Amino acid sequence: MPGKLKAKIVAGRHLPVMDRASDLTDAFVEVKFGNTTFKTDVYPKSLNPQWNSEWFKFEVDDEDLQDEPLQITVLDHDTYSANDAIGKVYIDIDPLLCSEAATVISGWLPIYDTIHGIRGEINVLVKVDLFNDLNRFRQSSCGVKFFCTTSIPRCYRAIMVHGFVEELVVNEDPEYQWIDRIRTPRASNEARQRLIFLMSGELQRKIGLKVLEMGGNAVVGYLQCFDLEGESGLVVRAIGTACTLEKISTFPATATHPSNSSPSKDMKEPVFGEEAPGVPLSSGPPTPLRAQTFSSFSPSKSYSRQSSSSDTELSLTPKTGMGSGGSAGKDAGPLKALLKQQTQSALEQREYPFFTLTVFPPGFLLHVGGVVSARSVKLLDRIHNPALGNTRSYKLLDWNSFTADEPETRDAWWEEIRQEIKSHAKSLGCHAVVGYSESTSICEEVCILSASGTAAILSSRFMQDGPLDTELRLSQQPLCVFSTGSERVEGDMGSSASLGFEEVVSPGCGFCHIPYDELNIPFPAQLTYCYCCRRYKVPDVLFTTIDLPTEASVTGKGCLIQARLCRTKKKAQGEVNATAISNLLPFLEYELHTQLMNKLKLRGMNALFGLRIQISVGETMLLGLASATGVYLTALPSPGGIQIVGKTPSDITYEQHISNMQKKINDTITKNKELYEINPPEVVEEIIGSPIPEPRQRSRLFRSHSESSDDVSEIDLSHGKKDAFVLEIDDTDAVEDIHALLTDSPTPAGFYSCNTEIMPGIQNWTSAIQMFTSVRVFRLNANLTNQGLNKIFSDLCENLLKSLYFKLRSMVPCCLCHLNFTVAIPEDELIQVAVTAVALSFDKEQTLENGKQSGEKTPIKAITENDEQLQFNLELNAETSSSSISPKGLSEVGSHPSARASSMEKASPLPEGRSRSLRSNRSYSGSSVAVVKMTPLSFIPGAKIIKYLGIINMFFIRETSSLREEGGVSGFLHTFIAEVFAMVRAHVAALGGNAVVSYSMKECVFMENPNKNQAQCLINVSGDAVIFVRESELELTSVQPQSATTQTSNGGEGT
Amino acid sequence: MSVELDVFVGNTTIMDKEVYQLWLNGYTVNDAVKVRIEGGVMEECEASAEVLLSDTMDQYRTFQMCERLLHHPAKLANQLLFQIPPDRQAMLIERYYAFDDSFVREVLGKKLSKGTKKDLDDVSIKTGIMLKSCRRQFDNFKRVFKVVEELKGPLVENIRQHFLLPDPLARDYAAIVFFANNRFETGKKKLQYLTFQDFAFCAGQLINNWTVGAVDNMMEDMDVDLDKEFLQDLKDLKILITDKDLLDQHKSLVCTALRGKTNVFNEMEANFKNLSRGLVNIAAKLINAKDVRDFFIDLVEKFIEPCRSDKLTSIDVNLYLTHYTNSAHILDTFKHHTVWTRYMGVIKSCILRMYHD
Repeated sequence: MPGKLKAKIVAGRHLPVMDRASDLTDAFVEVKFGNTTFKTDVYPKSLNPQWNSEWFKFEVDDEDLQDEPLQITVLDHDTYSANDAIGKVYIDIDPLLCSEAATVISGWLPIYDTIHGIRGEINVLVKVDLFNDLNRFRQSSCGVKFFCTTSIPRCYRAIMVHGFVEELVVNEDPEYQWIDRIRTPRASNEARQRLIFLMSGELQRKIGLKVLEMGGNAVVGYLQCFDLEGESGLVVRAIGTACTLEKISTFPATATHPSNSSPSKDMKEPVFGEEAPGVPLSSGPPTPLRAQTFSSFSPSKSYSRQSSSSDTELSLTPKTGMGSGGSAGKDAGPLKALLKQQTQSALEQREYPFFTLTVFPPGFLLHVGGVVSARSVKLLDRIHNPALGNTRSYKLLDWNSFTADEPETRDAWWEEIRQEIKSHAKSLGCHAVVGYSESTSICEEVCILSASGTAAILSSRFMQDGPLDTELRLSQQPLCVFSTGSERVEGDMGSSASLGFEEVVSPGCGFCHIPYDELNIPFPAQLTYCYCCRRYKVPDVLFTTIDLPTEASVTGKGCLIQARLCRTKKKAQGEVNATAISNLLPFLEYELHTQLMNKLKLRGMNALFGLRIQISVGETMLLGLASATGVYLTALPSPGGIQIVGKTPSDITYEQHISNMQKKINDTITKNKELYEINPPEVVEEIIGSPIPEPRQRSRLFRSHSESSDDVSEIDLSHGKKDAFVLEIDDTDAVEDIHALLTDSPTPAGFYSCNTEIMPGIQNWTSAIQMFTSVRVFRLNANLTNQGLNKIFSDLCENLLKSLYFKLRSMVPCCLCHLNFTVAIPEDELIQVAVTAVALSFDKEQTLENGKQSGEKTPIKAITENDEQLQFNLELNAETSSSSISPKGLSEVGSHPSARASSMEKASPLPEGRSRSLRSNRSYSGSSVAVVKMTPLSFIPGAKIIKYLGIINMFFIRETSSLREEGGVSGFLHTFIAEVFAMVRAHVAALGGNAVVSYSMKECVFMENPNKNQAQCLINVSGDAVIFVRESELELTSVQPQSATTQTSNGGEGT
Repeated sequence: MSVELDVFVGNTTIMDKEVYQLWLNGYTVNDAVKVRIEGGVMEECEASAEVLLSDTMDQYRTFQMCERLLHHPAKLANQLLFQIPPDRQAMLIERYYAFDDSFVREVLGKKLSKGTKKDLDDVSIKTGIMLKSCRRQFDNFKRVFKVVEELKGPLVENIRQHFLLPDPLARDYAAIVFFANNRFETGKKKLQYLTFQDFAFCAGQLINNWTVGAVDNMMEDMDVDLDKEFLQDLKDLKILITDKDLLDQHKSLVCTALRGKTNVFNEMEANFKNLSRGLVNIAAKLINAKDVRDFFIDLVEKFIEPCRSDKLTSIDVNLYLTHYTNSAHILDTFKHHTVWTRYMGVIKSCILRMYHD
């Protein structure tokens, strides 16, 4: 009995009218945890009831504390008939179980109903008393911290990085149970919401146990997803990186103590140095470890196996519901081998050298090898589980004690994929995969599993056992240890220690140096000597899934690059369908890659970061969307142009056409170089006497997919003097492709965009941030060709981006960061695109300055130097921009007579507005709503995160049977997304936080049936609740005189 | 091929002032897009008509979702659905409750009933203000009226508190409520030259001086009704015209004071009895609700028009009224000084305000 959960229901407000006769409500509350339920008294005839209940106490196992949410139901008492439910609140009490997170949940939480949405708010108080549990065999993992952030969280330092943790749980989907036919949609939705809550809790607990086993105390880069497999069930799965974290103890002192705020520059660093890798010592001389990178993309390797043995693989799914023994009979060779391997090295299996991190402590990441990805197509089958009776339908099963095959099947699927990723990494000469993620796309009974990451070599000095011995390493425990305990001093020691083993290399380029053997390149690449240090080989192009390392030297700015593709396919069923899909995948991925490459060249850049390829499957088509942030890495060679070659040079007009196109392309490249400020220092090309033949890359090469990871693809050894990228126009398709290439419209003036955490080349963010989600669904006509589809899909994405720029025009100059596109095919002929991102304003004048500095290769130094000055500016901007997010110079609609308000405004522009808002604040100060910032980034510009309060992981369903009345599909979804935001904000505020970082909307499943006037939507969001303090406020407490001046100048600025 | 669904939701709700105004003015989405295109926002931001349409629809939807909250502005501050900075909230409320002078002139003093609402399409045609906007404005008047009607304490302050309106706007609403409650006639042809601001000014005078709340702040009564006792007392002023001596005495005092100070002295002298009778009669009749309604028309007919036909300037009128008021106090037999001051103070400022072309 190691825990006591206490809850108190204080009051409600804005309740809906439940009794039409009196226009009032007789509300009471049920508080439920596990199987225990308490009730408050009925508070009669009020829309703002004051229950002020006693403390309801639940004595429970900590295991349950982790699994179960606290469920609060608000009802309307009815003497004669059944009580009507007003709505529910689910409270995840996990944050209270960790001593370093929140201590109490207290505040106004929206009361949510799956049919009516938010219906008023309820004020609750929740606390947990945990008793020490000495049981070594416990099933709970209380105290393990979870972070969605894919870097070491800002106020922690990593003592050790243990490695990959994963888990999945499976259950029947309540929506598909027989009982669903007789229960109300509300009951069904609530059953699903509750089930997913329970499963998430269980999953987190189990992952926590694994972390404890490994000796860690936290999971960083925690990524939880659910797969709605329909008839065959519901899978909730999660991956993460187990770490041992230590709170930076000096930190809280900074907030209150004047003493140590100014001297330690490292403290400030993370905030300005955009994406500083979590650990504050980043400011130190970027660790001189040798970092090399590598490059390239191994696109389709994954299904190479698939295509060869797809039939057998497909049959793996236990259609018959037989035990694993039964299916074993069908196993084909490769699988058996796989299983053998599994048993041989169980340890190895569990400990993949994978890291979900995308930003690393300095010196951790040595070389980057390139993107590795794997996909496989599977057939889903019905969950076979006799134990799931209706009575226990929501009770989770303990899969360990069950012979059910389902989770094992799913586990095996992922095992396979991970194995493949691992071997891809190996073939790139890398022993680890970073920036790793997994995803699925499901259509009916077909499921595409995808995994991708970046092959890399991590610092050997961080490895637990001695120097790395490339291949063997893999089978050993891939425990990576890096102690950053004694800050910079240690960093230096570490680097000197590593001297003996790897030469010191300029940190700005180290990670680009190839990790693989240059004579045995696993894929076609053009190697040259590094343009920074001139000593090591670098590839010509580098693709990665991670964020741009802080220490990387970049020329100019970056930009979002997207490749978009549609492929039609025939309608089919079962295995035929799956085979068709797996046959299409390589082509899809190949073309995406070609598109990315072309677009990269067109922008005069040579590297991609944050690459994310999403493949979505529908009944009659496949969608592919690759997003990444292109940059020009100073260390890599300047990309050649794009050269168009016609196949049939007979016709004069045709030639002319081609030369026109060539001219257009050249113009675009020149324009882009100007736009992104790419002026690499001129290099004397001939410096390098090339010791190896420089393979020339041709687009043709991409067509030759390596059939397996072992066989190195043919390399075109033709020596060419020009390193232009050649496009052969051999048919109309290619012409279209080139047209498509040129139709990407440039971002409007003042805008930048990227899908990574920060934009290279911009440092001076102001504190104005605006997170948003935008969703579009497009209906297609039947019978479109691939070309037509492509154009539509591409236009859809382009137009969406254009709309975003327009919406956010008041924030210019600004950058859309972490642009995360998600595509789906909700039904035939529908394409859904959802985007979540954050717009950050920056200070233009500083940009120019920094732009100059970044040309000098050490932007980071520049920041440290500018520190004081910058800080000052940030404060000013914080003030001005937060007070008026309004479009700057929007002209009033002057011609209208009703401009009473505006005419007054002209007379006394701001002061009036100010005083008024002040007053209104005052009169409602008791209940006015705290502002909660939300951002998909791991940091808040101009502010310091001082505490992590726990993970936010929420799942909601909304359904309506009066779609038209709610404003149609757009009105319905608009309201729902706004409600989800509101609930996230309220829960964060209740935890005592003022922001959510690393926020993401992981799922947005929208279904409609306009004929029946119905629609349903499921949304899953997650993030880390934090408390942040403005830099300016920190200043106030530390440097009094300066703060005084700041304030006065604020005043001047503000009006 | 069509966009089936298109939404944008910001953590901080993004609202464009210009689009908001178009929405308030009752433009349809398509018309609003046209206006925006003409406004040149497209060139400014390199946008296309498609983008503009999407943005406008989105904004309209946001406003519609907010409208429910704007009906109870206090709720806007502590609702959780939209995160709107306080200055933005104030802007939303202020503009939502803003109204067109030409519209309010049409309904001022009318009963805020369903019947009036039905006639709004005529008002819309007459004023050129879109029907949707007329309805919003009318509903605002009605909503404010209903809330304030029941409340005790100062009218303007109540409106400001409940609807979080800036002071000038709260005063205008007080005037509208006051007019609606007392059903002052404002629509007659002779009153057409008066603007809403003229009436609002007069309403302010009446509220501040002639209601119960005006004399005694401690009295927990409403500001919307005229002080009955005072109206009763006004009857006593009749002595000024019924008593022949008093009337002559008054006239000679005023004429003495005015002599040589104005070009129109002769006209003033000739008209004195007429004007005085007019003003005092208005006072005496105010006890009847029906005559209260005609207050403004009476002022115009009995005083303003005669003065105007005599070509008095407003300086002349001011001079005349000042001496007319003061001289009464010197009359030996006239005892009702307080009532006189209270009455003439308001009358004088109202007339001066209304005395223009």
